[in-house]
Amino acid sequence: MASACWGLPDAFCQFPAMDGKSLLLMRRTIDGTFRDIVRSWSGAIDAATAPLQIALNALERAFTSTPWIVVLALVLAIVWAGSRSWRIVAGTAVAMLAIGWFGLWRDTMVTLAMVSVCTAMAVVIGLPIGIAAARSDRMQRVINPVLDVMQTLPSFVYLIPVVVIFGIGKVPGMIAVVIYAVPPMIRLTNLGIRLVDAQVLEAAEAFGSSGRQKLWNVQLPLALPALMTGVNQTIMMALSMVVVASMVGVGGLGKNVLQAINNQFFTLGFLNGFALVAIAIIFDRTSQAFGQRLQQYRGAAHD
Amino acid sequence: MTDQSVPTLEDEDEVATRPGLEIRGLYKIFGPSPSRWIGAVKAGMTKTDLNRRHGHVLGLTDISLSIPPGRITVIMGLSGSGKSTLIRHINGLIAPTAGEILFDGTDVCRMSAAELRGFRRSRTAMVFQKFALLPHRTVLENTRYGLDIRGVPRAEAERAARRWIARVGLGGYENSYPSQLSGGMQQRVGLARALATDAEILLMDEAFSALDPLIRLDMQRILLELQEELHRTIVFITHDLDEALRLGDRIAILRDGRLEQVGTGQDIVLRPANDYIAAFVHEVNRARVIRLSAVATPLAETEEAPRLALPDRLVLEEAAREMLAAGAERALVVGPRRRPLGIVRIGDLLAGMVRPSGRPPTDQAPTGPRGKP
Repeated sequence: MASACWGLPDAFCQFPAMDGKSLLLMRRTIDGTFRDIVRSWSGAIDAATAPLQIALNALERAFTSTPWIVVLALVLAIVWAGSRSWRIVAGTAVAMLAIGWFGLWRDTMVTLAMVSVCTAMAVVIGLPIGIAAARSDRMQRVINPVLDVMQTLPSFVYLIPVVVIFGIGKVPGMIAVVIYAVPPMIRLTNLGIRLVDAQVLEAAEAFGSSGRQKLWNVQLPLALPALMTGVNQTIMMALSMVVVASMVGVGGLGKNVLQAINNQFFTLGFLNGFALVAIAIIFDRTSQAFGQRLQQYRGAAHD
Repeated sequence: MTDQSVPTLEDEDEVATRPGLEIRGLYKIFGPSPSRWIGAVKAGMTKTDLNRRHGHVLGLTDISLSIPPGRITVIMGLSGSGKSTLIRHINGLIAPTAGEILFDGTDVCRMSAAELRGFRRSRTAMVFQKFALLPHRTVLENTRYGLDIRGVPRAEAERAARRWIARVGLGGYENSYPSQLSGGMQQRVGLARALATDAEILLMDEAFSALDPLIRLDMQRILLELQEELHRTIVFITHDLDEALRLGDRIAILRDGRLEQVGTGQDIVLRPANDYIAAFVHEVNRARVIRLSAVATPLAETEEAPRLALPDRLVLEEAAREMLAAGAERALVVGPRRRPLGIVRIGDLLAGMVRPSGRPPTDQAPTGPRGKP
């Protein structure tokens, strides 16, 4: 082999990796320790996730067992309240009826329940972290690399520890989705607050605003466009992640897609895929229209 | 006329007993460790040395200035002269490296965060160059801001805000958003917001610099009108000498972070402290800058007071026009609320308008950087 190595010593040619035995030992040790820790804490973990489990089940049941006409009316009412646009409401109605017609109503409701909870969680978690990152450079230096890892690590990879710790089911699925969906909320909250006009902030300061008053009177309202983009992105991320999360036992449209992949059910895959796209578009248009309506004062520019 | 002079005197007394601002030995060094170099700077290290060798920027050098209560003090300087830095020291937005700012017996620079907040809420208000209004709030809500922050009940704050909106001439626009208003109107909101808190110190940071010349004149007029009655302690920052001369009861000229001269407008035009200031005021149209008070002479007791009365703030050109129109040789110069101050003749006006040839006469000693008017 030395001849194929441009006359260099072997060590420069064939990477001197650690030998297979020690690698195996390392993996076994880490996995074993991790499993043991999880096992010894399993009671506490189950107790902690039980309320989440109950809440998720209840919400899912609320979505699936309510008569479809009531759910449809509610969805349309929410879309109207958010967007105030008949076009978006009509589009939503058509999409929802088509979903029902193709027999995907129940699965769609399961997915909808999951996405709503995950988005709400991601916003509740992401907003304060984003605010903290905006307030202190040190905090930002800590948070940014963590977010980088969260966003680049393949989602399948962190499903593994989630499954090891929480097992299979809705709660681990939800945790995976929230981890995946929260980074844009944090990043855009941070960015939005940092980009707030320094002069307006100085004015608030000059009139004696406390930190809290500055946050509520100036920073959050002026960062609203970025915050709304963050919510929008979070919804989109959650929607794409529920499909992946179906691998750990989350039901709904994602499960059908997974089944279609495994069995090469072309039509089933596309029908479910389009149902997800339809929900995504409904969420996206409604939240964007809502965001724009909140900033109407900007549109009325004088010159 | 005598009956009208009584309230004026009361006003003056009231103003004189109010606390002014006293800035003493203020230094500001920008950089990672300013306190390390303050000693060297006090010992005379130059701005260039500090910057090149040690990477720190000298913002303000040994500023001592007393800002009298109830008057407009203009701090004038070109960009980079440190004027915005200086005004931000007064309400603690910037902390000095050394020195003190005394107001009512307390040093603003040594206040705790909570004390400083209280000080800003109740004693100072600020108007900004780019208005700095909250874009998502209406004119009314913006004007109310300082009162809201202070915790004034909603109804009371709203009443005060409406009153001030009307005072700055924006009645009817209460529910407009800032983006719907022109620059001049937005700055009126800025002014109303600052006045609504009833704070005695009003800090105006290039407040009219972003406005068109005509609107700027209009705003200057509004400010002077309001001040006639309010007698706030105003610190006004500008880079515009004409504006400084028009507004300032006292003018402090700042250059490279140092005070070059402090005095009234006339002081500075008539007796510039050094070549820099002389060059600055060289092109000033004296007829439009020097006020009657500068050329007026005391009224001799035996002399009969002229019938034509002109306010002392009137510039020479305006005075000349009035006197020509009235066909008067002499005019009485009166202060606020028509208090007689002296007398002026057409000849005095002409003498005041003409710039003496060559350098200013040496027997009139310049007032120096810290001179009192």
